[in-house]
Amino acid sequence: MFKSFEPNKIFSITSRATKYVLFLFIVVLSIGLTEALILSPEDYKQSHVVRIMYVHVPAAWISLGIFSSLTLLSVASFVFKNKNFALISKSLAPSGFVFNIIALVTGSIWGKPTWGTWWAWDARITSMLILALFYGMYLLAWKIYEDKEQVIKITSMIVIIGAVNVPIVKYSVDWWNTLHQPSSINVLSNNSIHISMLIPLSIMTAAFALFSLLIFLMKYNTELIKVKNKGLDRL
Amino acid sequence: MINEIILMNGYGSYVWSAFSFTLISFATLYFVTKLQLSKEQRKFASKFGSLNIEKARAARLQNINKEILLNTSKI
Repeated sequence: MFKSFEPNKIFSITSRATKYVLFLFIVVLSIGLTEALILSPEDYKQSHVVRIMYVHVPAAWISLGIFSSLTLLSVASFVFKNKNFALISKSLAPSGFVFNIIALVTGSIWGKPTWGTWWAWDARITSMLILALFYGMYLLAWKIYEDKEQVIKITSMIVIIGAVNVPIVKYSVDWWNTLHQPSSINVLSNNSIHISMLIPLSIMTAAFALFSLLIFLMKYNTELIKVKNKGLDRL
Repeated sequence: MINEIILMNGYGSYVWSAFSFTLISFATLYFVTKLQLSKEQRKFASKFGSLNIEKARAARLQNINKEILLNTSKI
């Protein structure tokens, strides 16, 4: 079923795709930064500080999206006993972690002029911090444990337990009275964000998604070469 | 115009520091990942170079090994 995903077959694609993704990322990021910093309007309430949204929101979305993907891959790894899923998860995690840190730091910078504080133990912010801790534990487990079977089990457990936190992050602003504002963009209902702000936000999200794809491809190639290095030792 | 972009009604330091932090994080992650990739490629090339003719021939039968060597020659 998963033969077309075999590392030997997809390496030629992943190794060649990197330069094209890097080029596309630079183009999209340049357009996104111009839109976000120069062309988009200031907010009537928050003034120019609203521009932080163009890095904060895509970073939060992508870190949450990557953790959800890790959960699906971990479950698939358990069910189908395919080690390639673990390799894909391991390659996705670093960019997810960095995006999570970006979301926390930029959120903190945004919080100071908006709420008057760098940090609040608010449900959304705290659940994002917990997500970062799960990412940290996941990456640390890959560094600490040598035995492949053991590390796959431990990292899968970390991700599956951490998955409980994902809906909490998403719905915390609806379930509790938080300092953090509710989401302005909804797939199922009307958006409360103006199109002039939605366009730069979408472009920056595309740029961030391309960056995580770029890091994933580079990291996945690194992991495959590591496997092949061990293969040469056994020859 | 330039002043407005830099100062942003007094919020410039917040906005620019958020964007700078993001871009610096991107650059750091990119270069660390690139460094790890180059290191593994070099390791592979050196291990491949130390194989005897028979083992090298056997290793070359795998397309992925040829691809790695091809990419290693570019770094």
